[in-house]
Amino acid sequence: MFETAKRRQPLWLLAELTYKCPLQCPYCSNPLDFAAAGQELTTEQWIDVFRQARKMGAAQLGFSGGEPLVRQDLEILIAEARRLGYYTNLITSGIGLNAQRIAHFHDAGLDHIQVSFQASDEEVNQMLSGSAKAFAQKLKMAREVKAQGYPMVLNFVTHRHNIDQIDRIIELCVELEADYVELATCQYYGWAFENREALLPTRAQLERAERITNEYRERLAAQGHPIKLIFVTPDYYEERPKKCMNGWGELFLTVTPDGTALPCHSARMLPLTFPNVKDHSLSHIWNDSEGFNYFRGKGWMKEPCRSCDEQDDDLGGCRCQAYMLTGDMHNADPVCSKSEHHSLILEARLAAEADVSATAMTFRNERNSRVFLKG
Amino acid sequence: MNAAVPAINRMFRLQWEEAQDAWVLLYPEGMVQLNASAAEILTRVDGKKTITEIQTELLTKYPEAEGLEQDVNDFFVHAQTLNWIRYV
Repeated sequence: MFETAKRRQPLWLLAELTYKCPLQCPYCSNPLDFAAAGQELTTEQWIDVFRQARKMGAAQLGFSGGEPLVRQDLEILIAEARRLGYYTNLITSGIGLNAQRIAHFHDAGLDHIQVSFQASDEEVNQMLSGSAKAFAQKLKMAREVKAQGYPMVLNFVTHRHNIDQIDRIIELCVELEADYVELATCQYYGWAFENREALLPTRAQLERAERITNEYRERLAAQGHPIKLIFVTPDYYEERPKKCMNGWGELFLTVTPDGTALPCHSARMLPLTFPNVKDHSLSHIWNDSEGFNYFRGKGWMKEPCRSCDEQDDDLGGCRCQAYMLTGDMHNADPVCSKSEHHSLILEARLAAEADVSATAMTFRNERNSRVFLKG
Repeated sequence: MNAAVPAINRMFRLQWEEAQDAWVLLYPEGMVQLNASAAEILTRVDGKKTITEIQTELLTKYPEAEGLEQDVNDFFVHAQTLNWIRYV
């Protein structure tokens, strides 16, 4: 990712343009209560955010959501971002895309398109996305993205329902001429946490997938194939937590559809107050707000992190995971085997060994989101 | 003589970043900061000049530099393995 960052700058700006989405993936990282979010930022408000972040050093801009294609002003936003000097990334399901729109984005200066897939075949893709036509549309759009000369990243969120097809997933990516492939094992936040029991693969599934990915890597490299396969392991099978977001408020800045600024796209769930770009300058938000300063440094740490000789390696792991699993966001991420709550992770691994084929999943849609609001 | 003509791969964009005080290569969701010599070479890559022409330009600008031609050749080998460049 970013190989150098001398000063604390928001190098990566993630613009979640909208929570609207035609799909209903049960592992969506959007908040469960997205239906309660306030009004979306206007075109002018977004452009102002881009301008401010660029001045602060942001170089990468991700257009995300929800489904960013839902925003009718996307082309204007892309053009303005590119004019400001951003490398512009469109992170999309491909639903709502067509050849003409891809061409217009190209003219506006879009640098790269990432298309997310749910599976390598129609049946599983449909089960997970809740849409019958989605898979064919994605294939068509991925081909069109390459035909128009864009760099293309394909993203597959893997979990127990599709991870055994990893060979077919990789072959599909090769066929579609992806430049990078993210085989991103599902991380259990937002809707995915609700559906964890139905989504977490077994250790055997995971190890097999990793082995097959490595075999493909070697084979493709030997053929001189430029494709890059990126395999993201789920931290539930690790003994040490991830250094989440490369440090709280160090590199990433997410702005949600209603203008709430977050140090990571999950952080909204934490019992902290996060500032809104409608009320404050980005410079104040990044440098001076309580939300962004709260977990910077190591002063907030409790034991075992406080006296741990590995505290600089992972900074105690993910704050959201600590909060979701232990109820206290200051605790060590329970993924760490030194955490007194590590048994929660061990129990989840054990549960994954059971037959969960009958476990129902909660799909990410407006109706279900309203249920979480009432709950 | 090296008549090969390098071009920057479509995946990457070369850009001066004020905030980094450096030339960088931007690519999908990432950025590499270039050191001064890599930037001197890459900013001359335009899909038209041959490697020899780039070397000549650099020799004119840095007549004192020893082993410059070899360094440039090595850089292009490395840049190709990183997929930064392709040949026209």
